Parts: sequence; structure tokens; C-alpha cells
Amino acid sequence: MTRIDAKFAALKDQGKKAFVSYIMAGDPDYDTSLAIMQGLPAAGVDVIELGLPFTDPMADGPTIQLAGQRALAAGQTLQKTLDMAAAFRKTDDTTPIVLMGYYNPIYNRGVDKFLTDASAAGIDGLIVVDLPPEEDDELCIPAQKAGLNFIRLATPTTDDKRLPKVLTNTSGFVYYVSITGITGAAAAEAGDVAPEVARIKAKTDLPVIVGFGIRTPETSEAIARVADGAVVGSAIVDLIGKGKSVPEVLDFVRGLADGAHRA
Amino acid sequence: MADDLFNSFMNGPDEKGRFGDFGGRFVSETLMPLILELQAEYEKAKTDPTFWAEMDDLWTHYVGRPSPLYYAERLTEHLGGAKIYLKRDELNHTGAHKINNVLGQIILARRMGKTRIIAETGAGQHGVATATVCAKFGLQCIVYMGAHDVERQAPNVFRMKLLGAEVVPVTSGRGTLKDAMNDALRDWVTNVRDTFYCIGTVAGPHPYPAMVRDFQAIIGKEAKEQILKAEGRLPDTIIAAIGGGSNAMGLFYPFLDDKDVRIIGVEAGGKGVDQKMEHCASLTGGRPGVLHGNRTYLLQDDDGQILEGYSISAGLDYPGIGPEHSWLHDVGRAEYVAITDAEALEAFQLLCQTEGIIPALEPSHALAHVIKIAPDLPRDHLVVMNLCGRGDKDIFTVAKALGTDMSGLSG
Repeated sequence: MTRIDAKFAALKDQGKKAFVSYIMAGDPDYDTSLAIMQGLPAAGVDVIELGLPFTDPMADGPTIQLAGQRALAAGQTLQKTLDMAAAFRKTDDTTPIVLMGYYNPIYNRGVDKFLTDASAAGIDGLIVVDLPPEEDDELCIPAQKAGLNFIRLATPTTDDKRLPKVLTNTSGFVYYVSITGITGAAAAEAGDVAPEVARIKAKTDLPVIVGFGIRTPETSEAIARVADGAVVGSAIVDLIGKGKSVPEVLDFVRGLADGAHRA
Repeated sequence: MADDLFNSFMNGPDEKGRFGDFGGRFVSETLMPLILELQAEYEKAKTDPTFWAEMDDLWTHYVGRPSPLYYAERLTEHLGGAKIYLKRDELNHTGAHKINNVLGQIILARRMGKTRIIAETGAGQHGVATATVCAKFGLQCIVYMGAHDVERQAPNVFRMKLLGAEVVPVTSGRGTLKDAMNDALRDWVTNVRDTFYCIGTVAGPHPYPAMVRDFQAIIGKEAKEQILKAEGRLPDTIIAAIGGGSNAMGLFYPFLDDKDVRIIGVEAGGKGVDQKMEHCASLTGGRPGVLHGNRTYLLQDDDGQILEGYSISAGLDYPGIGPEHSWLHDVGRAEYVAITDAEALEAFQLLCQTEGIIPALEPSHALAHVIKIAPDLPRDHLVVMNLCGRGDKDIFTVAKALGTDMSGLSG
């Protein structure tokens, strides 16, 4: 059982929905980013998605792309991202960390070495945007063998025929992308999301978490009400990009988390 | 026969879209169903005689195919060695090979009921070709172009606008061709129902590399027939320039199993391949990685971050290369070399002076390699080089590089 599985089991026992937050590792610099990360659990974050910077994030909007550029400009690397996770683990051994990014930096390091290093750093799961089920042999299967969860995105274009394929090697949770589009774009409508979540839950026992387009405590609550939890990324990263202080960022996160936990 | 098939270089890609370890489908889940749909439609079209009849008709009457295979007599004499033939794809409508592929993809888009066409472009040749064919069929056309390229390729931007296309300057990332491709993919992921992404080269997720190759293979098929007619035998060497590699793949593919034909791809060496970041030679100076839906050789740093390429030729200015080239490189069926800006500029001028043909800067790279090897080859050695684009678009760049003030040339 990974920390992710344990966290969702605990939330289920408490009858609570999950709040998942995304930050880009090393944005705007290593120390600030680590300070924000360390403050997330106390602000109500149940699962941390830690972005791995990449020069060409083709599924992300400008907010996440700029965050990646800031991080890279400040010297962030895959190794420093793993170091950040390891530093976080020194004071928190329960909050799950999901590394989210693109395949090339991982492929470049070598899959086996990456999996060994990621496990040692306390990473619990992976979301790799450009690895669909058709490429499961690349990283998904080796990751599961190494004891890491491989979390898959399901989208509005994932129809019933395709859904089983997407769910087959997924573990930890399912991330439902509420819109066709990039991160930080249009707002999600709880009314549209509810039947989609039900459609996925009919085919899996895994928790279904919904992200993309959630920017306010109200939407966070509305979406969490119709799913097992909500993810917020761009709205938080926007504040970091505007140079807000660590406490200001964490206050904003607390509002979003409270929203999801009210659901 | 079974042995021949087993040893063929023409059987790729496999069902996973792989050429050896290269290629594949590295895209987000949102795009995956679209790519599978495209693959199914393309498989249908490929064996449908009505599809190819429509292509042939347009190639003949709209593009002006077949393009001539021209014996460059004065260039041959000047170099004093191999006999040099130029495949004149610069004489196509819109002035480059790009339209061969665009026609195929747009006919496919129409068969799929798509009404909105998006494309990425670097120098603007693929954008112009896409805008042209969209105008012909009355389709909405949006072209993503790096803001930097919009500035340095103003005539092509105006052409696209005249043809009714919307040109979107891309400022994300560093505003180059790879960023234009990122933004086109972002558009596609957002507008999944009505939009067809018309990729301009033999890269991207499967089935694009194979599909674009198949549409461009008309170049090699014609060249083969033409050289057999002219010389009664196959060429000894075939040469083409490579950015993404579509004109080269188009020339090479029909010759892959003719084992006595030497195949050479020419990458953009920019200011020299030893100087980091100042070239676009993915095979010569890069290593395998994953970008834009496929695994292929890429220019990247130690951390797997993608580097910007540099070349005087905007059409070769891309940090990757089509996956089939990566495979041909690794199995040794084709050779790949790099040519610098300076060498390409010299070749550009030599063709103007010896043959009265102004070549684009892209094929000028291929020509520069011909100039290097031809003098040492025997006079009965036949070289076929793909002259894939004309150079009108490049005269301002060339003038600047040669230190010529264009404003002083009038009268």
C-alpha cells in the first residue's frame, strides 16, 4: 500500500473528499518552492502534485509553462526536484507526493535509475502526461513493479470503448480532466462533470479526482461534491508567479482546501 | 521473395508506430482517440483507389506534377566529377515540396468531415501550402508561427493572409518552430471535435511520420522513373536536406531497398556542430529523446530539456528529426552529414550562377554536400539531389548574410 492508497483509505473512513494541489518544483526558486511545499499539508492539502519542469509542456497552458521556465531559469533539474521531495520527507512521512510532468527528462535519466531514485526520494506516484496506455511498456509497468502508483488521466474524449484501456494499469487514483483543453483554461461545470465521474466510477474502485479549470473555493467545493476530490494547479501557480509571499499562497490554498473539505 | 520482404527497409512502422525504437505515440490522453481515428481513416484511404485518383488529379492539374528531373550540365562541368541531376520540386505550386503532403492531409480531413484546419510553420512554406489548399477547398485555416519567424518571414505571412488564413504569432516558450508546434497541439487538444492538425513534416505521433512520408514519396517514385528513362539505370547517390526530414524521406523511401543506391541526408550545421546550441543537426549532435509525440534524436541538455536549434535556414530550424531518419541512421541504411551556414550560402550562389536557378536555403545545404563530394567521384557516377524549394523567400536573408544593402540595389 502506497501513501496514496493509505491517504484515500483514511479520507474514506472520515467521509471526507480529497484536496489535491499542484506546484511547480523550483518555482520561483528552490528554497521558496520547498517552503510552500512544506506548508501545504497544514493548509489542508491531502495529496501534493509536484511539477517536474520541462521546456515543452504541450498539454499545459501559459501559467504552468511560465512556471516551468522560471524554475529552469533558477537552475531546477530532475535531480533537484527529487532532492526537494527528499527534503520534504524529512518532516512529513505521510502526505503523498505525485510527480507530474513529461517523459523526456525521465527517459533521459534512464527509467530504472529514475524509479530507484524517485522511490528513495519518497515519491509515491507518477503522472506523465505524454504516456498514454499505448506506451505502457515505457514507464507505467516498470513503475508499478517498483512500487510507485501510475496515475492516468481520463478525459472527455475517453469514450466507453476506450475507458477500460485507460483504467487497466492505473493505480492510486484516476485524474479526470474536466475539459478538452490545456491547464488553466476554461472553468469546469459540476453539472457536466458529475455524469462523467459516475461513468468512470462504474468501471473502477479507484478514487476519481477532478482537475483543470478549478480556481475558487466555491468551484473546489462543487466539483469535490460530485467526485472523490478536486485538484487545483494554475490558480495557485498564478499567485506564485505574481510574487506573492509563502503565507499568502498558503492562505489561498487553505481556502480551496476548505472548499473541497466542505463537500 | 519471403527473404526479400524480411530484409526490406520499407516495412515500417510496426503496429505501434515504431521504426525500430523510434516513433510511437507519446501524446496526452485527450489526443489519443483523435490519433487513433486519424490512423483508421488513413488506413482506409491508403487502399482506396478514389483517394489516390483525387490526389493524382490535383497533383497533375493543381501542383504541376510530375516535377522535372533536370540534368545540371554546367554545375556538373564546373565540379568536374559526378553527373548531377536535380529533382525540381521547387517548381511545384507554392514553390516547395510541402504541398504534396498538404493535399493528402486536407483530402483526408474532408473525408473525416473536419472543417477547421490548423498547422505549424517555421519559414512559412508549410503554412503557405496549407493556406493555399484550404482556400481552394473553402476551409478555415489557422497557422501557428513563432513570433520571431513572423518577423523574419514577412512575405510568407502576407501570403498566408492573402490566402485567407489566420496567422497566430506564438510568443510562448521562445517563439520558434517548436513552440509553434506546441501551440498547435494545444489548439488541437482544445478543439477536438471539428479540427484537423495538418503537420508539415515526417514527425509527430504515429501515423503522421508514415502518412507524410507516403504523401511525399511521389518525389522518389517520379525520380526513379525519370532517371531510369534518362540513364537506363538507378542513381548511385541520392541526397536531400533535412530539418524534420519530409522532402528527404519522400526522395529516399522508394530507394530504400535498392541497396546499391547510397543515401545521404544533410542536416543544418549552423555555425558548426561543435558549438553547442548553434546548429540544428539532431543526428550529428543530439541523442534520442521524446518530444512532440515521437521518440527520435533531439537536441537536448544533460537534464533532458530541449535546446533551441539555430540555422540560417528557418525551414531547418527544429531541434528534432523524423523518427524514420533516426532509425535509418542507427541501422546504417542512410548516412547523415552536416553543412554549415557558410557552405550553404556558397552553394546557393553557385547554383544561381551556373544554372540560373535560385534555390531555397534548405536545399542549398544538400547542394553544398554535392559540391563537396562530386569532384572526387567518377564522371559516370549519377547523383540525384532534391531541389525541394525555390529561394525567392530567402533573398533578404541571403543579402543580409552577404552584407548587401538591398535598398541600394534599385535602378
